[in-house]
Amino acid sequence: MNEHPLYLDGNALAGPLGEVFAVDPTTAWRLCPSCRLPATVAQLHVYGPEPGLTARCPGCAAVALRVVTQSEYLWLQLGGGAGAFRFTLPPAAP
Amino acid sequence: MHGWRRARLAERTKQTATGRTLRFEVPRWPGHLPGQHVDVRLTADDGYRAVRSYSLAAPADADVIELGVQAAFGGEVSPYLADDLPVGAEVEVEGPLGGWFVWTPGDPGPLLLIAGGSGIVPLMAMLRARLASESDDPCALLYSVRDPDEVWYAAELDAVGSAGSAGSVGGTVDVRRLYTRTAPDGSARPPGRMTERDLPVLPSPAQARCYVCGPTGFVEHAGALLLAAGHAPDRIRTERFG
Repeated sequence: MNEHPLYLDGNALAGPLGEVFAVDPTTAWRLCPSCRLPATVAQLHVYGPEPGLTARCPGCAAVALRVVTQSEYLWLQLGGGAGAFRFTLPPAAP
Repeated sequence: MHGWRRARLAERTKQTATGRTLRFEVPRWPGHLPGQHVDVRLTADDGYRAVRSYSLAAPADADVIELGVQAAFGGEVSPYLADDLPVGAEVEVEGPLGGWFVWTPGDPGPLLLIAGGSGIVPLMAMLRARLASESDDPCALLYSVRDPDEVWYAAELDAVGSAGSAGSVGGTVDVRRLYTRTAPDGSARPPGRMTERDLPVLPSPAQARCYVCGPTGFVEHAGALLLAAGHAPDRIRTERFG
């Protein structure tokens, strides 16, 4: 048992991505553009540690998305290219 | 769409040397499905925050949720939750989370649950929900643990696995413990890693819903065994906790 194992899976993205998605993101389906393997977000392999998570295709390890959570912002990069969207998070509860 | 809720620790139960179940009171908890988890957020006095995911161990029970916490050696969050957070103290939780590693009571067909170590936690929520349901479809739990001291919910699983399934509404549930290193005296199965011979024989494996939770290596191994035994890839759902 390790708090920072080699990798987890996309089930662990439900919380971080849930900050900016209106529906559960872990059931979202994707066809890997590199190797054509279909997978839900839950089935992606996720490399941490939190707060920076990289989700990779379980077949070929191509990057599917990256998400970084800060206290004020969430950064989301889709695919393996450069550039990320910065979402402003609601203020933390007092 | 989410938000953090205050959760007050109401009760802590020792399951193993390093495993605990924690019951939290969460006002206005919206309910959850078996298999879902929550994120727990701790904030230090200096504002430093850490977030970790923990599985819900029981079906929804009004405003009380039960989480399973395995203390990781040297971990930043889990040892604190396991042993140091005082009863009555508050943390923040977000959830319920996850819509994929979920079993919905009423889903028809055989149910096969495969747990490695503390991966039993979300499967326990499924097992408890299955026992409370009217289902008489076959249900089996394969629980891989290192030795008898590592078994969570030992008494409850004994009761489930014994004849008549005490407390069970639905049909009987087959509970099998697979010891990997040390088995109790008199065990028919020698200690060792789970193999294809440990899988229950089902008339139509492709119809069964399979849920596997445990360390990453265990999940990969169990998933491969299931595929080789004829289980359908789209009916195998996995969760790796590290």
